[in-house]
Amino acid sequence: MGFELPLFYVFATVAVVASALVIGQRSPIYSVMLLIASFAALAGLYVLLDSPFVAVIQIIIYAGAILVLFLFVVMLLNAPKEAPGPWARLAAGPRRAGAVLGGVLAVELAWAIWRAAIAPEPVGAGSGASAQAIESVRSIGQVLYTDYAFAFEVTSLLILVAMVGAVVLAKRHV
Amino acid sequence: MVTLNHYLALSAILFAIGTTGVFLRRNMITVLLSIEIMLNAANLTLVAFGRHWGAVDGQIIVFFVVTVAAAEAAVGLAIVIALFRLRESLDPDAFTSLKW
Amino acid sequence: MLLLLSSAAMVYAERKVAALIQQREGPNRVGPRGLLQPFADVIKLMFKEELRPGGADTVLFLMAPVISATAAFAAFAVVPFGAETTFFGLLDQPLKLQVADVNVAVLVVFAITSMSVYGIVLAGWSSNSKYSLLGGLRSASQMISYELPYGLALASVLVLANSLSLTDIVNRQAGYWFGFIPRWFVFVQPVGFLIFMISGVAETNRAPFDFPEAEQELVAGYHTEYSSMAFAMFFLAEYINMVTVSAVATDLFLGGWNGPFLPAWLGWIWFLAKTSALLFFYIWMRWTLPRYRYDQLMQFGWKMLLPLAALNLLATAAGVMLLGV
Repeated sequence: MGFELPLFYVFATVAVVASALVIGQRSPIYSVMLLIASFAALAGLYVLLDSPFVAVIQIIIYAGAILVLFLFVVMLLNAPKEAPGPWARLAAGPRRAGAVLGGVLAVELAWAIWRAAIAPEPVGAGSGASAQAIESVRSIGQVLYTDYAFAFEVTSLLILVAMVGAVVLAKRHV
Repeated sequence: MVTLNHYLALSAILFAIGTTGVFLRRNMITVLLSIEIMLNAANLTLVAFGRHWGAVDGQIIVFFVVTVAAAEAAVGLAIVIALFRLRESLDPDAFTSLKW
Repeated sequence: MLLLLSSAAMVYAERKVAALIQQREGPNRVGPRGLLQPFADVIKLMFKEELRPGGADTVLFLMAPVISATAAFAAFAVVPFGAETTFFGLLDQPLKLQVADVNVAVLVVFAITSMSVYGIVLAGWSSNSKYSLLGGLRSASQMISYELPYGLALASVLVLANSLSLTDIVNRQAGYWFGFIPRWFVFVQPVGFLIFMISGVAETNRAPFDFPEAEQELVAGYHTEYSSMAFAMFFLAEYINMVTVSAVATDLFLGGWNGPFLPAWLGWIWFLAKTSALLFFYIWMRWTLPRYRYDQLMQFGWKMLLPLAALNLLATAAGVMLLGV
């Protein structure tokens, strides 16, 4: 499809810009809203990658539940905006070091990808695989409940533990 | 034509942004948000590779990663709330009592 | 366009039915039998002064109703309301009566309705008033709590229908048993239908679950500080959410556009009829039942509805496995 490339760039730009703004905002509420925008862009990218299930899961769970939790906590704690600005509050030393390390990481990752020289074929040409194999939810279900059944059950236990832990940790001890 | 490299590069950029956020921010909630950005970057890589090799495993692992991220966010935020009650501050620098 | 008209119709219907239940006449001045009343309301709202509280966070304050309304409209985009038609063979290809036929339509509806929580929370927060904040947080907790039984009831239908596409689900409900009982899922899943409707009512913040906007208690809750167009948008969003929930319930449980006596391409008439019946049910409930207290509301959702929905899913799965439906 001819519009895949520009669409990719649109979503990619939104994701990167929104994420960059997230870490640059003073008010945590704006950060959360920008992150929602970033996640929505990522969901669009997943749809481009023929994975509509993951895209919808991303919206339902990440944007629709986890970030709501973040928003709740921000509102409950009534976190004051970092004043005067997140960057100024830092001593110059740690700030520069942090920024430099972030840049170093980006360069390192880019170099690693370049070196790995993964074939620049269109996505999906890796094994001649078509979109059909992974697009349907049925195929996901079939593999999820057979090969990954153990992980599935353990995950449910994990969520239970997390739920109990969150309630216990955040309880007000009177 | 969108190649796999595009997705990997994007994911690397997002991961770097997330890491920078963890280094630079003085608000614990925003630090947790930056961690979520990093997890999403990893998810993108997984889905891209899954699509590249035509395997559905990429999506399944992402499913698990999202679930674990949810659990981690819940517990992390609970800890943040508990800490806030203690010191009335969300600045990581306010909790230095273990520092020698 | 359709949605806007339907919401106007809803406003009118609500006031008329409410009045009838309360044994009075309802609007009957504007236009014949009061039919133009909703338009009069809209014009009034548009002319009202646009107030904004002093300490309010402007960006979020303005964004909140937009999010609510957008989510409400977007969710309806994937709901099919008629069979493929060719308009008497005028069109070359059958036209799907739906904005977008997505394979995972059911999940998309669920995803978009979960986004409408943000409109409410942001409205509560950015109004910078304690009533709004309380109303907003309560409403948001209520909505996300009731998303769980909503999803599980949905899942029970998925087990029966074997597909996530709403069009497929409706098509599986065509035909009859014994010649006269339609193959609607509501007959196989009565508990599921009930759970879905109750959760839907809670999701859209309608009575008897409308504590967050309880007029008598919280001074209209999260939209206390809004006026004029912004208020109109919240209003609109609420009605359209109701329409969407009824439409999705019709597709999932009541057989969508299948019905006797009419050829397939007129199926949307049946769809309209069934959705209207559900909407009438909504309005009826609002004016007949007393309101739940907030903690009762949450207890009901978590302790009763959720286990019930889970059991329903288990029973459905067991039934499908044993009977090979």
